[in-house]
Amino acid sequence: MRLLNRSAGRLSRHRRGPLAGLVLLLLGLLLSGGLYAVLAPAQAQQEETDAEMVAKGRELFLVGCSFCHGQNGEGIRTENGNQLGPPLAGVGAAAVDFQVSTGRMPMAQPGAQAPRKRPAYSEEEVAALAAYVASLGPGPAIPDESDYSTEGMTDEEREEAVSRGGQIFLTNCTACHNFAGSGGAMPEGGYAPKIRGVEPRFIYEAMLTGPQNMPNFSNTNLTPDEKRDVIAYLESLDETPEYGGFGMGGIGPVSEGMFAWLVGIGGCVAFAIWIAAHTTRSKKDKAEPEAAA
Amino acid sequence: MTLDHDHERLPADVVDSSEPPAEPIANPGLPAHVWRPTDVDPKAEKRAERQVAFLFLLSTVCAILFVVAYFTLDIGGDPDVFLGLGASNVALGLTLGGALLFIGVGVIQWARKLMSDHEIIEYRHPARSSDEDRQETLAAVSAGIEESGIGRRPMVRNSLLGAVTVLLAPAVIMLRDLGPTPNQVNDSGIPGAGLEHTLWTKGERVVRDVVGTPIKASDLEIGDLINAEPAAIFATNDEGEPLIEGVDLQVAKSKAAVILVRIEPQDITPGPGRDDWSVQGVMCYSKICTHVGCPISLYERTTHHLLCPCHQSTFDLADAGRVVFGPAARALPQLPIEVDSEGYLVAQSDFTEPVGPSYWERDSN
Repeated sequence: MRLLNRSAGRLSRHRRGPLAGLVLLLLGLLLSGGLYAVLAPAQAQQEETDAEMVAKGRELFLVGCSFCHGQNGEGIRTENGNQLGPPLAGVGAAAVDFQVSTGRMPMAQPGAQAPRKRPAYSEEEVAALAAYVASLGPGPAIPDESDYSTEGMTDEEREEAVSRGGQIFLTNCTACHNFAGSGGAMPEGGYAPKIRGVEPRFIYEAMLTGPQNMPNFSNTNLTPDEKRDVIAYLESLDETPEYGGFGMGGIGPVSEGMFAWLVGIGGCVAFAIWIAAHTTRSKKDKAEPEAAA
Repeated sequence: MTLDHDHERLPADVVDSSEPPAEPIANPGLPAHVWRPTDVDPKAEKRAERQVAFLFLLSTVCAILFVVAYFTLDIGGDPDVFLGLGASNVALGLTLGGALLFIGVGVIQWARKLMSDHEIIEYRHPARSSDEDRQETLAAVSAGIEESGIGRRPMVRNSLLGAVTVLLAPAVIMLRDLGPTPNQVNDSGIPGAGLEHTLWTKGERVVRDVVGTPIKASDLEIGDLINAEPAAIFATNDEGEPLIEGVDLQVAKSKAAVILVRIEPQDITPGPGRDDWSVQGVMCYSKICTHVGCPISLYERTTHHLLCPCHQSTFDLADAGRVVFGPAARALPQLPIEVDSEGYLVAQSDFTEPVGPSYWERDSN
């Protein structure tokens, strides 16, 4: 306290000095300028960028998406009543980020399945498209990394998450995506894709938005924590060694049976043929063949 | 059987005799025997001997390595890993497989290189026994019947027949265990027991499977799917112990399992008398396929079709669970739901028909 008093006293001794006014003026300018730089212009800049992003997104949308989804994202039906592209109002930025970043959209042609391929747009372009589609109607935003990342969990938390996520996965996801996340066939030429080794952001967005025929698991259905548990479980599947030998895609008895019949039994047959086929014979006669009798 | 003995019976030799040949073209017999290197070359023979012994030695080494691997490689929580595979399984499999394989290969090498490889002919004999043998056997059987007196002592014979017949009873009554277990009978005292009933009752809350949290209609967006169970599955007593557990729990869960979906209300065609069975497009159906009872939740949000992975039965959930494809004969049972005073989804009643596969006593409709 005494120290404070002393330094205040020392300061106050200079308060009428010739430079005091100038210093105070500089301090005030610095403070207000700094505050302005941190708060006000940043917001103004951001708003401008958002509007620009939406405009840029709309341009990209008209070129790449409007053929199926309509010029205002209203969706287009074919003459026989099928949906060429669904309406996009309300699908949200998360759906765009999932579909376009994984290369599923734009599709090469309309079909039962939108396969994952090399993305056609750069990250900035995806962000612009997402901003435009998000402006069509309220929908789920692109999730934050803290929603889906399992980094920074303690071992105990992770173990708990994996066990709970495993049960959620086996109840909700296994039916289509297989018990090991290897994917599976769906009606009319579609399939549930393999979800092993997929980036956590895309798994989270897929649950959030229900791409193509997949049902939604919105945040009120499956909470963000439960979604992250599912991701933790899928990550644990990748880390677990294959105790039983080669997984062969983890698609059940078909691949294992094929291996046993073709490689296993085929190998035995080939070995048996080899045994019977290779019989070296000598041109020489045995010295006393009678002795062998 | 000696070689000389065989040689006498070769058809090739018979041709030389004065009798006319039995066949239009003389049987050329076996080609002349050609010797193997191991038969004529003592060095080759020694080498083959060493090869066989070496293969047997390899088998021994593999068997010892199996024992070593069994005790040294860790399994369980923090297993040893080899190329992404469990090292213990790989080592045990390779060593045991090698131990068996090398014995087999060694025996084959032994037989092919060192054992005699002379061709031998053995003729087929008639399958019928000689007349003497047959008469002898018949006489023995008659003597047995005569001496046992089974024809003269009907009491012994009949009581034996009776005992053997009654012995069928234990085998037959055990078939009963294949039928309904006490848990599946309606008057067993377990809530929702019996094939015709489930745990669902009026006011029973629909809760999420696994986590057991209650659900509001607003929790579901269009296209959402929730795998759900009745709240009674997760009910506990004052000490926090589950009220239903063990086999009873599994049976109750497997019958009461449902799925909740939310469909655009204008897409829904409610079944007759089912106009108030859904809440704002949220519909609740049994998760158990009506074909052979597989749990089904392969739901396609755009077509509202629910697909069974076992035999591809497909149900249209927007159309009262109608079968649109596959072997299932009945529509998927729908659970009538409403909202309770707190806003959570509850059942209006039990299912109005038995869930799961058809069985012979039930009314088909």
